Amino acid sequence: MDAIRTEALTKDYRVGFWRPRRYLALDSLTLHVRQGEVFGFLGPNGAGKTTTLKLLMQLIYPSSGRAEILGRPVGDVSVKRRLGYLAENPYFYDYLTAEELLQYFAGLFGYSAVERRRRVSQLLDEVGIGAERRLQLRRFSKGMLQRVGIAQAVINDPDVVFFDEPMSGLDPLGRREIRELILRLRDRGCTVFFSSHVLSDAETLCSRVAILAGGRLAAAGDLSEMLAFQARAWELVVTGLSDTVLEKVTTSGQVVRATPLGAQRYALELPLSAAPDRLVTNLVAHGAQLVSLNPIRETLEDFFVRQTGAAPRDRGLEPVAR
Amino acid sequence: MSVIGHVAVNVFKESVRDKVLYNLVGFATLLIVVSYLLGQLTAGQDVKIIKDLGLAAIATFGLLIAVFIGIGLVWKEVERRSIYSLLSKPMRRDEFILGKYVGLALTLFVNVAIMTAAFYVVLAYMDTQFPDAVRASWPAPATDPGMLRAIALIFFELLLVTAIALFFSTFSSPFLSAALTVGLWVIGHFNRDLRNFEAVVKSRTAAYLARGLYYVLPNFSAFDIKTQVVHALPVPASYVVSTAAYALVYMALLLAAAVAIFSRRDFK
Repeated sequence: MDAIRTEALTKDYRVGFWRPRRYLALDSLTLHVRQGEVFGFLGPNGAGKTTTLKLLMQLIYPSSGRAEILGRPVGDVSVKRRLGYLAENPYFYDYLTAEELLQYFAGLFGYSAVERRRRVSQLLDEVGIGAERRLQLRRFSKGMLQRVGIAQAVINDPDVVFFDEPMSGLDPLGRREIRELILRLRDRGCTVFFSSHVLSDAETLCSRVAILAGGRLAAAGDLSEMLAFQARAWELVVTGLSDTVLEKVTTSGQVVRATPLGAQRYALELPLSAAPDRLVTNLVAHGAQLVSLNPIRETLEDFFVRQTGAAPRDRGLEPVAR
Repeated sequence: MSVIGHVAVNVFKESVRDKVLYNLVGFATLLIVVSYLLGQLTAGQDVKIIKDLGLAAIATFGLLIAVFIGIGLVWKEVERRSIYSLLSKPMRRDEFILGKYVGLALTLFVNVAIMTAAFYVVLAYMDTQFPDAVRASWPAPATDPGMLRAIALIFFELLLVTAIALFFSTFSSPFLSAALTVGLWVIGHFNRDLRNFEAVVKSRTAAYLARGLYYVLPNFSAFDIKTQVVHALPVPASYVVSTAAYALVYMALLLAAAVAIFSRRDFK
């Protein structure tokens, strides 16, 4: 059973009063997220990530299509007991202290008073705000509120947790702590679905990702598979390379770009179609020494830019191109 | 505690932390200052005026709380997006609405209870200030428990106003909700006139329309028995019970409509 499953999930809004038009926020999203994985939901601003999360939390209703979490329709209260959710830029009741807010939320899950106190105390320490537990939230910084948000999302020890931009507002130390928390959640079998446009976080944490652009699914799959075979060039690092030889290989088109790294030391970029062994032999014959030869692989950022750049911007209702 | 209970307690906590109960200080100050002034100005009528003023103040302070907190109950959660975290918890939308309602009802109950206690303390003090002969001339004792009937109906009126404010707040802005709630409250106090509209208009259509509105709009004038209790006129218990029952039925219908609207809303 998938942890999360959407089938042709679509959301459109009517915009404009006098001449209403349909704005397609999410177009036929079909997505399967396996149990126990950290799934990255990526896309530029306005791609439809938050819309998807709101549909999964039933904060908005789909125009068509359906979604299930843990085999049950979204919105089912029995499933909500097993979920956690951190909204983007969350707001919490600022008249409560961090401890009171978490106690309130824990109460909604039916925990006893003793259990609530135990869990809240443990969680506040875990997210690094144990010392501020009795401070009203109106005195909290953005980063501290984000930590409270993360704590409330995992207050029920969830089986599936949804994070919408979890690193937002956090300093480098905070980001690292939250990354570790996400990995701990994964290690104990929790499915983590996290939406972000910070690709380095996704690259570090996710086993699989989906990329959304213009309300449509641009790509989805195993992150390592997506990037493994996407070598786009070779990088050859040599030393003792004379200017004459460098000019010759550059003008002949064997080398696309030469980046100086020091005296007579260069990083040479070769086209993927080139035969690097022949060039290496040639350069060594002219007195150069080989330092390294590596394929230049596509980063998630390259892949993301390629996918989102190519994705249609039009929010019309034509069929999704896959 | 149920989900509704947790939400209600949080609403009450918000009211306390947001200093809503400070209105009690205003109420107490008003009563004490007016009592003192009356002592200087009038002779014999002091207690009756205090009763009039006290009951009117309980109703007015309660109304202000019911309207101005009621209209923000749902709107604030949606506008500040705190509802995102809340509705992702194991809670149905109807539980959210009912929790909010019960929370404000609890706040009103505590307010009205404290104001009533303060009111009776002032009256008890005034009672000690007059000789037996003067007290014997009053239509009812200063601390007449019969006034509790009027206060009970004020409380039910406030519950109904809260339900109206909450209903409007599920789909409109606070300003519009406040205008509509206060508008209905004003119309509701003149509701009896609509019943006998055929006496002042010739058009049968207008008369039927007015009669229809009489039955549809809340009849707030029914809750106002302040004059009767101050003058010690009899108010049967059955009248209080049937008026309270009317409020409960009307509230239930409003809350059902509020839940129906709120359950279909998208939180963009």
